[in-house]
Amino acid sequence: MKHFKHTCLLIAATGLIFSGCRKNETIVPPVLTPVTNPEPGAPYAGLYMLNEGNMGSNKASLDYFDYTTGIYHKNIYAQNNPSVVKELGDVGNDIQIYGNKLYAVINVSNKVEVMNVADAKRLGKIDILNCRYITFANGKAYVSSYAGPVKIEANAPIGFVAEVDTTTFQVLRKVIVGYQPEEMAIVGNKLYVANSGGYRVPNYDRTVSVIDLTTFTELKKIDVAINLHHVKADSDGDIYVTSRGNYRGIPSKLFVIDTKRDEVKKTFDIGASDIVISGDTAYVYGSEFSYNTGKWTITYNMVNVKTETLLNTNFITDGTEKLIKMPYGVTVNPATKEIFVSDAKDYVSSGTLYCFDKTGKKKWSAFTGDIPGHIVFVKANK
Amino acid sequence: MRFIEQSCSLTKGLLCIIVYATWPATNTLAQQADTIKQKALREVSVTAPRATGEVSPGQKMQAKELGRLGSHSVADAIRFFSGVQIKDYGGIGGLKTVDIRSMGTNHTGVFYDGIQLGNAQNGQVDLGKFSLDNMEEIALYNGQKSNIFQPAKDFGSAGSIYLTSLKPKFAPGEKTHLRATLKTGSFGLFNPSLLWQQKISDKIAASFSTEWTSATGRYKYAYKVYDSLQKVAYDTSAYRRNGDINAVRVEGGLNGVMNRGEWSAKIYYYNSERGLPGFIVNNVYGHVDRLWDRDFFIQSSFRKDITKRYSILLNGKYAYDYTHYVAPDTAQLPVNNHYRQYETYLSMANQYALTNWWTVSLSGDFQWTKLDADLKEFSYPTRYTTLVAAASAVNFQRFSAQASILGTFVNETVKQNAGAPYQQKFTPAVFISWQPFPAPDLRLRAFYKRIFRMPTFNDLYYTEIGNRFLQPEFATQYDAGITWNKTFTDKWFTIAGIELDGYYNEVTDKIVAVPGQNQFVWSMMNLGQVKIKGLDVKAKAGWRIRQRLDMSLKATYTFQRAQDFTNPGDLFYGDQIAYIPRNSGSLILAADFNNWEANYSFIYTGERYNGKENKRENYVQPWYTSDISLGKQFSYKHTHFHITAQVNNLANQFYEVVISYPMPGRNYRFILTVNI
Repeated sequence: MKHFKHTCLLIAATGLIFSGCRKNETIVPPVLTPVTNPEPGAPYAGLYMLNEGNMGSNKASLDYFDYTTGIYHKNIYAQNNPSVVKELGDVGNDIQIYGNKLYAVINVSNKVEVMNVADAKRLGKIDILNCRYITFANGKAYVSSYAGPVKIEANAPIGFVAEVDTTTFQVLRKVIVGYQPEEMAIVGNKLYVANSGGYRVPNYDRTVSVIDLTTFTELKKIDVAINLHHVKADSDGDIYVTSRGNYRGIPSKLFVIDTKRDEVKKTFDIGASDIVISGDTAYVYGSEFSYNTGKWTITYNMVNVKTETLLNTNFITDGTEKLIKMPYGVTVNPATKEIFVSDAKDYVSSGTLYCFDKTGKKKWSAFTGDIPGHIVFVKANK
Repeated sequence: MRFIEQSCSLTKGLLCIIVYATWPATNTLAQQADTIKQKALREVSVTAPRATGEVSPGQKMQAKELGRLGSHSVADAIRFFSGVQIKDYGGIGGLKTVDIRSMGTNHTGVFYDGIQLGNAQNGQVDLGKFSLDNMEEIALYNGQKSNIFQPAKDFGSAGSIYLTSLKPKFAPGEKTHLRATLKTGSFGLFNPSLLWQQKISDKIAASFSTEWTSATGRYKYAYKVYDSLQKVAYDTSAYRRNGDINAVRVEGGLNGVMNRGEWSAKIYYYNSERGLPGFIVNNVYGHVDRLWDRDFFIQSSFRKDITKRYSILLNGKYAYDYTHYVAPDTAQLPVNNHYRQYETYLSMANQYALTNWWTVSLSGDFQWTKLDADLKEFSYPTRYTTLVAAASAVNFQRFSAQASILGTFVNETVKQNAGAPYQQKFTPAVFISWQPFPAPDLRLRAFYKRIFRMPTFNDLYYTEIGNRFLQPEFATQYDAGITWNKTFTDKWFTIAGIELDGYYNEVTDKIVAVPGQNQFVWSMMNLGQVKIKGLDVKAKAGWRIRQRLDMSLKATYTFQRAQDFTNPGDLFYGDQIAYIPRNSGSLILAADFNNWEANYSFIYTGERYNGKENKRENYVQPWYTSDISLGKQFSYKHTHFHITAQVNNLANQFYEVVISYPMPGRNYRFILTVNI
């Protein structure tokens, strides 16, 4: 039986070599990095950054930059909400604040995550299939969704906008809009939503739907251009709409719609992948890929929204744009006018958030989660 | 009549060579016993042309060993080889592809009965589709099979897997073999199969094999996560949905021998419908996507020694693959696509023996491949590939060497849009082997190979993603190894062997997906450089206890440092590439006692990252599974039965190989085989 003993020993030894290697799976803790000097009295106490994460990877994540300490907190959601199964979810697409609540639209997870602004702890979730963007008015949230009924002739579902009660998180009403609706803006009692038709390549949608908020019906479809995406309102009744183009012959453009007449009144022939309006200035960048040449064109520009003129200058003035591989979001701090640009790089590794002062000089940068793209500012408690 | 678990059905005198060339002949003793019982066996046919001595041994597993591992598919068995990683999406119907030495799944060539299985569309062969039911041997070669008398295609991959189906072999007086098998167990598996072999004449034998696989694919998975205080943060479990499969495989073949030659013909049909269970992320626990596959091919091979010095080998194949993919999710873009892939392949290989130690060969292949798909603005590409390989081998008692050069010429035409430009590449390979001492126990060997993989049709033409400007992706391999094998005739210890390989690979112009304007639109680019340093270790031992209990042990260990050196500016520069563990290994312990057999197998995959960047968020825990099986053979009135019971993933470990695709926990399988 000696050999039998040897055999047993061998099995046991092999077991030992390999055992003990697997530990408990734990929540990934936040990474805290001081990135700038503390500003205890800052008008905005901080900002939340929603990172999209690559589709199917469940890597949507939330970061927080604290102005009062100058510390960037990367990946805070899981730590603050350890009991939420599979964390924040898959592909974060929009983040906004309304009242004391923080809303994160998690596209592939088919939900809007509602959290406390103060600590990003979960208050609830709103289940909406294939949800994209969120905006607010009169105590209601409006969420755009790709997932309406399938229209046979189009072979892709038509989209809708859902009206959601911000206290009960219940969907109250729905209105069918165009195909694959994206961002919305509200001017007066009207909601404007950009319909992309991105699922219907090459038969893109080319309209902005105008919704009456009282009746919650579509008043009109404004013909603009193919593959629309962002919608931002300025302070004097105009909305700015971006078109992605078709990555081939038709380039990305920026359009201005007069909301009194609900018509396009001006077109800017500039690449417009994202836009933010702060005061009288719109900050725009374009990152355009062409299948014809296999090349990228990245541009930065500014528009005076009062005079509706192109300023033809980059808002980054110190050459930092050369370091930015794939601009994926632009935001401006409403008080300090600091400009924030996020870099998604190759979409499958940590991104970078750049902070520029109002003259376009880099103040600091921080590593973010994967595909940083959506920022919201948190007002300081007075 | 009885089926021979064919393995070392070779004469005893050849045994030492086989042990050298055939890694790992685990159950040598048991098989020897079988062989003796079977008396003189006559091979009607052999798979490969006569080997002139493999300079670089492959890793092999034969029917008997495959049977006792109880693996369901070829992919499950290959996990026990060293230097490979299986990308496994889980379940019976889940996609399973093989990455050899971290060069990427597209660099792996898969050959079925000597002819390559093509997939011009995505360049990957789903090894989960290939059943072990009628498999005689699975072999894996790094570089290439170091045999110069082979089609030019066989020189054309960075690593190759050869699947060889069972060949009829009849003992004197035998005319018919019939074997029926039923497998059942977890996942709602119902898997009956039938094998029929018939001797038609002294020179021709026919075989027919069919199999039906039906499974619900339902299995439990769980995610348990702890918080920083090691208290359970969440603990959830659910059942995998939409993982069902219904597949039928039918295969028929003829094998013939002639004066100084042999021939074979084969027809293959596979038809399946399956659900694609998809990724599991927050708030999403099921998908509705479905896939239909219909694969058909007919192939034939002919080999003859024309003169004492000159031999030819002819191969031909026609294949038609149909895929229908439906994603009926009304919340998403509804997809309903049909793909049709056509392939015709012709090859001629010539070998001429200049002297009794020096041979030269010349092979020429032509392949025509066409893809039709009802995608918008699809290009409808056709690829014409011509391959020419010239090779030479010298074989001495203690030294052998081979050198080959492969010329690849690729033309493409498209019906619309623009086609990829003409490609013409020449790639060399050199293999040497040296036995330093008169005793044949120890051998040293080395190889160098440079090869590339063409961009696939998806890489080039997939609507909205493809990039026709793509260049081939190159892989360069350097390998040095040592083999030591010894058989003992008079000791309780019967066999021992160890094999070590150190290697360095470089993948350049790697084809990677890069994002387009948003993350849902990507494009393919030649962007990527990976350097791989690795060590493969294989060890085996066999011993016999009290003349009755035969035991064998086989262990493998793989170390791989595969680093991304694409751009020094990247955060992940120098990081280990995604899904490649630094440490991995396997172990198989088998025991035979009278008519009983027991098997324990273990697989270990070390920690790794599920993204390019080696950061905490991408960290993936190691996983390791233990499988056990117990089998017994018995006879009743000339009918032989074999029953096996298995428990896989004994420790019920929940893990993921691919992010968001949970693998099954503990599962069971029962197999009944009847031989008439």
